[in-house]
Amino acid sequence: MTPLLIYVGIFIGALVIVRLVAGGIARTGLSSLKTVTFGDESAVTPDRRASVISILTLFFLWGTFTGSVIVPPFLHMPGPALGLNSFEHTVQNAAGETDTATVTFLVYETELDAEGTESPVPEAPVVEPGEGFAINDSLVIEAYGSELAPLQDNDLLTRDDGTTIIAVNGQPITPGDRLEFEFGTITMSTRGSINIVPDQGMQMEPIWLPPPEDVLGRFFEISSNGFRNFTLWEHLGYSLFRVIVGFTLGAIVGIPLGYAMGLSNWARGWFDPIVEFMRPVPPLALIPLVIIWAGIGEPGKIVLLFLAALWIMAIAARSGVSGVSLSKVHAAYSLGASKTQILLHVIVPNSLPEIFTGARVAMGVCWGTVVAAELVAAVQGAGMMIMVASRFQNTDIVILGIILIGMIGFGIDILMRLAEKALVPWKGKS
Amino acid sequence: MTGLAIRHISMRFDLPNGGSVQALKDVSLDIKQGEILSVLGPSGCGKTTLLNIVAGFLAPTEGEIELNGHRVRGPDAERGMVFQKGALFEWMNVRENVSFGPRMKGQSRSEYGDKVNHLLDVVGLRDFKDKAIYELSGGMQQRVALARCLANDPDVILMDEPLGALDALTREKMQSLVLKLWKETGKTIILITHSVEEALLLGERLIVMAPRPGRIHREYTLPFADMGVDADLRQVKKEPRFHEVREEILGMIWDMEEEIMGRTEAGA
Repeated sequence: MTPLLIYVGIFIGALVIVRLVAGGIARTGLSSLKTVTFGDESAVTPDRRASVISILTLFFLWGTFTGSVIVPPFLHMPGPALGLNSFEHTVQNAAGETDTATVTFLVYETELDAEGTESPVPEAPVVEPGEGFAINDSLVIEAYGSELAPLQDNDLLTRDDGTTIIAVNGQPITPGDRLEFEFGTITMSTRGSINIVPDQGMQMEPIWLPPPEDVLGRFFEISSNGFRNFTLWEHLGYSLFRVIVGFTLGAIVGIPLGYAMGLSNWARGWFDPIVEFMRPVPPLALIPLVIIWAGIGEPGKIVLLFLAALWIMAIAARSGVSGVSLSKVHAAYSLGASKTQILLHVIVPNSLPEIFTGARVAMGVCWGTVVAAELVAAVQGAGMMIMVASRFQNTDIVILGIILIGMIGFGIDILMRLAEKALVPWKGKS
Repeated sequence: MTGLAIRHISMRFDLPNGGSVQALKDVSLDIKQGEILSVLGPSGCGKTTLLNIVAGFLAPTEGEIELNGHRVRGPDAERGMVFQKGALFEWMNVRENVSFGPRMKGQSRSEYGDKVNHLLDVVGLRDFKDKAIYELSGGMQQRVALARCLANDPDVILMDEPLGALDALTREKMQSLVLKLWKETGKTIILITHSVEEALLLGERLIVMAPRPGRIHREYTLPFADMGVDADLRQVKKEPRFHEVREEILGMIWDMEEEIMGRTEAGA
C-alpha cells in the first residue's frame, strides 16, 4: 500500500511541479493552433519529461524499499531494527511469587561473501544472571527472522516447576496473545512459549527484491563468469538463435502456404481446416508434445518456434493476397502482364505490408514462446537462466533475466519496425 | 474490320437467393477506330458491367465483342483500362508505373525510355518521375494512370469514371488533357461517367443507358469534343446546343431515377 501511495504522490507531485516550473510541453505545427485538444487524440503527444521522471521514480521506489546505494540513505525506508534490544519479562512460580528478568537479543544480518558463503552467526551478548529465580536471557536473531525463545530453560525454577510468564515489559500476556513493542512483536504460543519477531522495517528482504546494484553486479558477474556453464551472452544468444531460426523456417514455409491459400481453390480448401484449427492453439500447449517428439534439445525448440511462426505467417500472407484490390490486378492484366508477372509484380509487393505486420506479431510470439519453452526444459537460454535462478532463490538473476528478456523483445520490435519503414514505405499511405 | 463491335451483349447475374438480375440486355454498338464515346446512365444501368465485358474481365452470358476482326476472350494489352482511383502500384515510383506495360513485354529500358519520358512530358509529370505514388495528389495519380495506359499503346482505352474522384477544377484540366491525348494519339476511347457535362464535353458520341434491364436508351452524335480540343472548355459549355442537350439528358436520367425509386418503394 505504501509504495502505491508514494507512486501516486510522485505522479501528481511531479506533474504539478513540472507544470509550475517549466510549463506544459510546447505544441508544434498545426497542433499549436488547435483550440480543441481534449478529446483530439492526434493532439496528444507523450511528454518526455514525464517518461524520464516515470523511470526515475521506478528506480527510486526500487532503491528506497531495498536500501540501495542509488538512493541517499536519508530517503531509505526504515530497515530491520539491527543491533541490541531488550525487554523484561515477568515470571510467576507455583506459589504465586513473581520475578522479572531481562531478555537481551542481538539482531544481525547475514552477509554473503564473494564465494557465496554466509557470514558466521555472531556470539550472543554477555549478560549478568541477575537476581531471583528468573535468570536474564541473551540470544541472537537473524534480521527478517523470528525466534521461539526458551526463556525459562535457564531459570532456577523452570516450567516443570510450574512457572509461567505472565507479563512482558509490564503488559500482561497469556497464551495466544500478541503484543506490539517498538523493537518488534512478542507472541505467546498456546503452550506458553515466547516468540520474538524483531521489527522488519519497510524494506524488502533481498530474497524478495534485491537492490538494483545487486542486479547490476550480477549482470557483470554472469556476463564474465557465466551461469551454469554458459555466459550470459551465450544464454541470450541461444534464445535469439532459436527464435531467428524458428521464425525464418516458419516464414519460408508459411508465406508460400499463405499465397497458395490466397490463389488456389484447392489449396485454400486443403489447408483451411488445418490453419484455422492450429491458429488458436497456443504454441505453449504444444511444448509437451514437441518434447515427446523432438526432445528438449535444439530440434525441439526450433520445431516449436517454427510452428508458432508458421500459422501467423501463413495467415498474414493469405490476407495480403486477399487485400490486393481487384482493380490493380485488372490493371496489370490489361497492361499485358502474365499470371507469373502479376504474382511477382503485383501480388507479392502488395502483400508485403501485411506480411510485415504478421512478421512483427510472429517474432513477438516466438520470443515469448522460446522463453516459456526454456522455462520448461533447457540447458541454456534466457528462460532456463531465470528458472534455475529462481529455484536457488537468486532473485537478482531472475530480475536481471526478466529485464534483459524485455529489452531484447523490445529491440526486436524496433528492428522490425525500422525494416518495415525501409522496405514498405508505402504502407498505410495508399 | 477495324474498330470495336459490341454485338447483342446480354448479362445475367445469378443471385444467391435463386433469383437473377438482368444487368444488360441485347446491347449492340459499333465504335470506329479513333472514336471517343461517352456512356452515361443512372446507377445500376450496367455501364461498368459493359466496360468490364469489353475489357475482358467478364464473359457475357450472350453476345460477343470483336476488336479489329477478332473476338475478345479475356483481358489483353490491346485494351487498356483507366480506373476511377488509378489502381496504381504504390511499390513503384511514377516512371516504373508508366513503364509497367513495356517492362512486362520484356522491353529494355533503351526501348521504352524515350516513350515513357515523352508521355511523362505530355501529362506534365516530368519532374515527378522519381516520386512515390503516395506523394502525388489525386489529379497527378490519374495522369500517371493515363500515361501508364498509353505507354502500352493499346488500340482501345476504357475509362471507368476516371475523373470521378477529382475536385471540380482538377477535373476540368483533366478533361482537356483527355481530349488532347485523344486527338494526338488517335485512340478509340470509351469513357464511363456520372457527369452529364463531362459526357457531353468528351463524347463524340454519347450513349445514355437505362436500367433494369441495362440497355441503350438514346444515342447522340455531338460536336463538342472536336470543339474542345485545344480550346477553353468553358466556352464550349456556353454553346446553346450544349445547354439544350444537357437539359434533355438530365431530364431523361431524372425520370429514370424517379422510376427506380418508385419501383423500389412499390416493392418495399
